Amino acid sequence: MTYAVKNLTQGRELIAFRIGDQEFCVNIMSVREIRGWTPATAMPHAPPYVLGVINLRGAVLPIVDLSLRLGMKAAEPTVRHVIIVAQVGPKVVGLLVDAVSDILTVTDENIQPTPDIANEAEKAYARGILAIEGRMICLIELDSLFPHTESEAA
Amino acid sequence: MDMNEIKEIFFQECEEQLAELESGLLKLNDGDRDPETVNAVFRAVHSIKGGAGAFGLDDLVSFAHVFETTLDCVRSNKLEPTQDVLKVMLKSADVLADLTNAARDGGSVDESRSRTLIRELEALAHGEAPAAAEAPAPKPVAAAPAPVVEKPPVNDEGFQPIPFSFGDFDDEPAGHYVPTVQIDFKPKKDLYAKGNEAVLLLRDVSRLGEMSVYCDMDALPPLDKMNPEEAYFSWKLSVTTEKGEDGVRSVFEFAEWDCDLDIRTIEEDVVGETADEEEPPMQPVPFDLSMLDEGASCAAGEEQAAENPAAAAVAAAETASKVAQVASRAAENAKAAAASAAQASQAAAAGQTIRVDLDRVDRLINLVGELVINQAMLSQSVVENDNNGTSSINMGLEELQQLTREIQDSVMAIRAQPVKPVFQRMARTVREIADITGKSVRLITEGENTEVDKTVIDKLAEPLTHMIRNAVDHGLEMPEKREALGKNPEGTVRLTAKHRSGRIIIELADDGAGINREKVRQKAIDNDLIAADANLSDEEIDNLIFHAGFSTADKVSDLSGRGVGMDVVKRSIQALGGRISISSKPGQGSVFTMSLPLTLAVLDGMVVTVAGQTLVVPLTAIVETLQPEASAIHSFGASQRLISIRNSFCPLVDVGRILNFRGTQANPVDGVALLVESEGGGQRALMVDAIQGQRQVVIKSLEANYTHVPGIAAATILGDGRVALILDVDAVVAASRGQSLRQDISLAATG
Repeated sequence: MTYAVKNLTQGRELIAFRIGDQEFCVNIMSVREIRGWTPATAMPHAPPYVLGVINLRGAVLPIVDLSLRLGMKAAEPTVRHVIIVAQVGPKVVGLLVDAVSDILTVTDENIQPTPDIANEAEKAYARGILAIEGRMICLIELDSLFPHTESEAA
Repeated sequence: MDMNEIKEIFFQECEEQLAELESGLLKLNDGDRDPETVNAVFRAVHSIKGGAGAFGLDDLVSFAHVFETTLDCVRSNKLEPTQDVLKVMLKSADVLADLTNAARDGGSVDESRSRTLIRELEALAHGEAPAAAEAPAPKPVAAAPAPVVEKPPVNDEGFQPIPFSFGDFDDEPAGHYVPTVQIDFKPKKDLYAKGNEAVLLLRDVSRLGEMSVYCDMDALPPLDKMNPEEAYFSWKLSVTTEKGEDGVRSVFEFAEWDCDLDIRTIEEDVVGETADEEEPPMQPVPFDLSMLDEGASCAAGEEQAAENPAAAAVAAAETASKVAQVASRAAENAKAAAASAAQASQAAAAGQTIRVDLDRVDRLINLVGELVINQAMLSQSVVENDNNGTSSINMGLEELQQLTREIQDSVMAIRAQPVKPVFQRMARTVREIADITGKSVRLITEGENTEVDKTVIDKLAEPLTHMIRNAVDHGLEMPEKREALGKNPEGTVRLTAKHRSGRIIIELADDGAGINREKVRQKAIDNDLIAADANLSDEEIDNLIFHAGFSTADKVSDLSGRGVGMDVVKRSIQALGGRISISSKPGQGSVFTMSLPLTLAVLDGMVVTVAGQTLVVPLTAIVETLQPEASAIHSFGASQRLISIRNSFCPLVDVGRILNFRGTQANPVDGVALLVESEGGGQRALMVDAIQGQRQVVIKSLEANYTHVPGIAAATILGDGRVALILDVDAVVAASRGQSLRQDISLAATG
């Protein structure tokens, strides 16, 4: 079976990363590149989780502290942090995370529904959880984290 | 290359021809009677007709033909280009442009308009032309023969697909004589260069009727002085033909630009007389005067006569081999030939252009922008890692820096275009509105060749049209009223473009009534724009017209819309990074002044530090910078502070506070104040912590991946590779007036 067919029939590939002691993953198709942390230029009037903007080969890229965005404590960026450059709708956003762990190939059966105990904020972005080799990984839907930024930007 | 591409090129050329046509007509309108101007106008219409014919664009061809016929009358001095004639012609040029656009983009044109114009043009061509040809005949009689001319079935545009033959008129009064046409024909070398052939033209003439021909070879230099690519011969022909002058003219139709051609009909009884009066048969031609002298001095020789036939063959340039043969001979000793050839190639090189897709240019500009940033980053890192600043790397980097700057300038120059096309479009707008309103308006344009970025030009047309309409519709008075006021009944609208300190200034001035401040004020109160007891300066009242929903015209006209005009104008100018202001004198008119950046891609800025952040302030906004002293700072009210500058007080604005970079106001004495001028006209002193320097920055959009940020115009990338924000001075100043910068950003709204 070729790779492409396998990809079609046997689920999808996800990229897993770590924030604090929790693990998350996003669809690999939305990830453009992964790069090291560089200091960002702060933006005035920005929400707290927007750390600022950096220069990505000539384009201005906003950096989001994913930890803070997910309602956890603010990250203290070091050189060991990484930025996942992801495509969200028409825009490109940099997500600051602690580390990228691995690439997972999963099928839909591997994905368990989000538990009832989760509060509304977590339900909004969590698409489900995965149990892999004794780890628990939360699948994040990026579109719901940054919904339609364009239409609201009047 | 398929047909559509060729067609696209044709339409592009049409645009150029139309521009040429219009500027030529306007020159004529201003009293220019240079035959070359008339020729240029004629040529433009002729080229459009020719091209349109090739693509089967019948509407265009038929209109262009009628237009061309009338222009031909002007060209041959049968029709005096008076103001009235030119008015019709200018309108015809507009219709021709409409027809061209309709042919390209589909759609239709106002047929009644084009039909009326066709009738007017034909009336001009018919009504005047015979009167000139048969001077003694009174006009009504002269006009009468026109219908007598046998017309084949005419299509609905009134286009008659055979050439008008004035020879028919000549027949009538003189009984049944066949006119003799005298032709002086002197080809220029361009004629041969374009693949025309004098012999073939002569043959075609001979087919018209009985012809006698005399070849004038006086200009022929000796062989060793001869330039093989020059034309030396001229011919005098006389042909007796039924077709008359016009028949002969049609033979030369495609060659007439490249030769000196004089065609005239000779009355039989005065033939002898004309022959006597004739000018010297050969007119010296400027470029080979010296050759002519030389040739004359040794013309008597026997060998010379023998050489003549051979030379004739060469001059006619009948075969390539002969040309090559003579060329090699001539190259040995003829310096004059070499010089003139060089001149020719120089003339050909001048004004050469290529058409390039705009996307390609933009891509190049983007890449050069990257290059500039990269080069800056490279030199910075070299400086950081290199202790002895004299290494060869440093030298190379300096050269690189110079080169990148030069590349950037040249690339920007590609996008720079003169504002002429936009100004020309405005001429049309003025004509149309003047027609509708019944006002008489003269548009004067100055500085048409001022260059500015293509994007700016493209986006300039719409606001400018709005403003011109406003100026004519609301600004200028009716002719009767103007006369009563002792003004010239013809109103003047002056459109000026000029460069000033890195920006382009466009001024639109009218000599109309000016702004009626009482009316504006009342209207503003009625529309709840200002309080009834508001105390406003004249300038503030004038600027009220830029508010949304404001129109002082008592009745809403089709022309200047429903008061959506000026605020839309202001917004589109601001979107271009420009400013607009108005000054008005009652009874003397108003002046709108627009100041626009020359390019939207780069900006000269002052790099400053505010609360640890690096910001760029556009240099154009800064009036001066100063170091405030404690004694100059005065507290005003609860939180306001003023700085006294040369005995006037100016509000002090802490940029860091406005942008939320810090919670408390910084101490002004620790920082630097930038005195800025905002579009509202007021001055503010912006407080920053320190000035880093001045540099040109490449503008990067923030909106592409983020959202618009209040107070920030755009971003840029500095030499260290970091992003710096460009301050939106006007927004910051507005915020300091109490209108707070909008806090609700979409990303915040989702949290």
